[in-house]
Amino acid sequence: MKHVQTLNKANLKDTAKHGGCGECQTSCQSACKTSCTVANQKCEQAN
Amino acid sequence: MIHKYKQLGLNIVMDIYSGAVHVVDDVMYDMLDYILEPFTPETVCPDFIKEGLKDKYSKEDIEESYNEICSLFRNGQLFTDDCYAEIAENWNKQSVVKALCIHIAHDCNLRCKYCFADTGEYHGSRGFMNLETGKKAIDFVINNSQNRRNIEIDYFGGEPLMNFDVVKGITEYAKEQGKLHDKNFRFTITTNGILLNDEIKEYINENMSNVVLSVDGTKETNDRMRYRVDGSGTYDAIMPKFIDLANSRNQDNYYVRGTFTAFNTDFAKDVLHFADLGFKQTSVEPVVAPETEDYALTDKHIDEVCREYENLTEEYVKRYDEGKGFNFFHFMVDLDQGPCAIKRLSGCGAGHEYLAVAANGDIYPCHQFVGNEKFLMGNVADGKIDMEISKKFERSNVYTKEKCKNCFAKFYCSGGCSANAYNFNGDINEPYELACVFEKKRLECAIAIEAHKKLSI
Repeated sequence: MKHVQTLNKANLKDTAKHGGCGECQTSCQSACKTSCTVANQKCEQAN
Repeated sequence: MIHKYKQLGLNIVMDIYSGAVHVVDDVMYDMLDYILEPFTPETVCPDFIKEGLKDKYSKEDIEESYNEICSLFRNGQLFTDDCYAEIAENWNKQSVVKALCIHIAHDCNLRCKYCFADTGEYHGSRGFMNLETGKKAIDFVINNSQNRRNIEIDYFGGEPLMNFDVVKGITEYAKEQGKLHDKNFRFTITTNGILLNDEIKEYINENMSNVVLSVDGTKETNDRMRYRVDGSGTYDAIMPKFIDLANSRNQDNYYVRGTFTAFNTDFAKDVLHFADLGFKQTSVEPVVAPETEDYALTDKHIDEVCREYENLTEEYVKRYDEGKGFNFFHFMVDLDQGPCAIKRLSGCGAGHEYLAVAANGDIYPCHQFVGNEKFLMGNVADGKIDMEISKKFERSNVYTKEKCKNCFAKFYCSGGCSANAYNFNGDINEPYELACVFEKKRLECAIAIEAHKKLSI
């Protein structure tokens, strides 16, 4: 496409169906302890 | 829902419900202002859009851009509908406990001015956790984690190194019990570094998957807020040890972690100070404090703090481009393999998946609730928790929070910190507004940085 570059797979909806295993890190345990950010967490199932 | 903004010379468009991030040209960027949701693609660009853009762009560009918007929509990458509200509504979440913040010491050798733990006491009396209580905490998490294999333990305080023999005792016990129960324990320790020595460093490096090193930035910034009981600053004593520890971990699996306050809204200099010292994993976060404190951040600081995040973003990508990049915790976002939607809905898990254990074994929803008797959930000695409190936290998600409904950042912050919400608004479902403002700004910066990196490959 000429007017847009898409940077990633738009797969959030798929992860709603297949996600939720809960094996990933608890976000507050990483560094913050005073805020809440989950987007920088890794999926435990990711290769 | 979409969110669009300009940063680092890029026109960025986020499609919230698919997670797609686009960089678009000016035609498409301006055209998106004319499109309301729910979007219905037309075979040709509607006249009102053509009319609105005709003085700025050619007919061909307008028609092409419109067609591309329609393609993105059909591919599920733009104006995607919200399928998550229903998931959240019908959620029968069966939470298990998978992480504990263990308060190894309710005492501290520092008297940091902004300490939410009341300089270690947590509004109770000073004291250390004993090994027996620590072991019970491990038994508790094993018994309440069902088939969850990865278990996290964060040694927190106060200052955990003041009671390091118990840290070691609990760690060894957890490793032994982990083998028996097929649990993979991951340990983190948070320390102010005063008591750090080679022996402790060695143990931490052998056993802890992450270590959080508390320091605020330059000597001036750090010593203003982080001082000993006698008022003397800590920078000179801790910084050489932190540099050594970070290097001994190959500059990975740790964070130097600071707090900025109203006294250093120019905190980019503190982050860059860390980078200049060679640290690759950094985090500097806004203080959370009542407005009555002189160091508190308030609405009047919003503009300068947001501008500072922008300044930091520019220097961050400059250093990345020069091959001198480093990580800043709040600018890290994984656009491809980040957390699943389920995690994004529910957030940190405080109160149901993640609990804090006070030095005496009392259980609270998280470290920030410790000492608040309204949130006392039980004691590890009894092995069970108050399910009423637990369910209250479990039910809370981005769709139970009115303020989150129309927020573009909701799947990145997952509804914010429950403790902040409670402390400022008396309700875990009513997010703390100032944190929201900063979170949104950081998210924009983080995504602009990722866009810059991806486009420069």
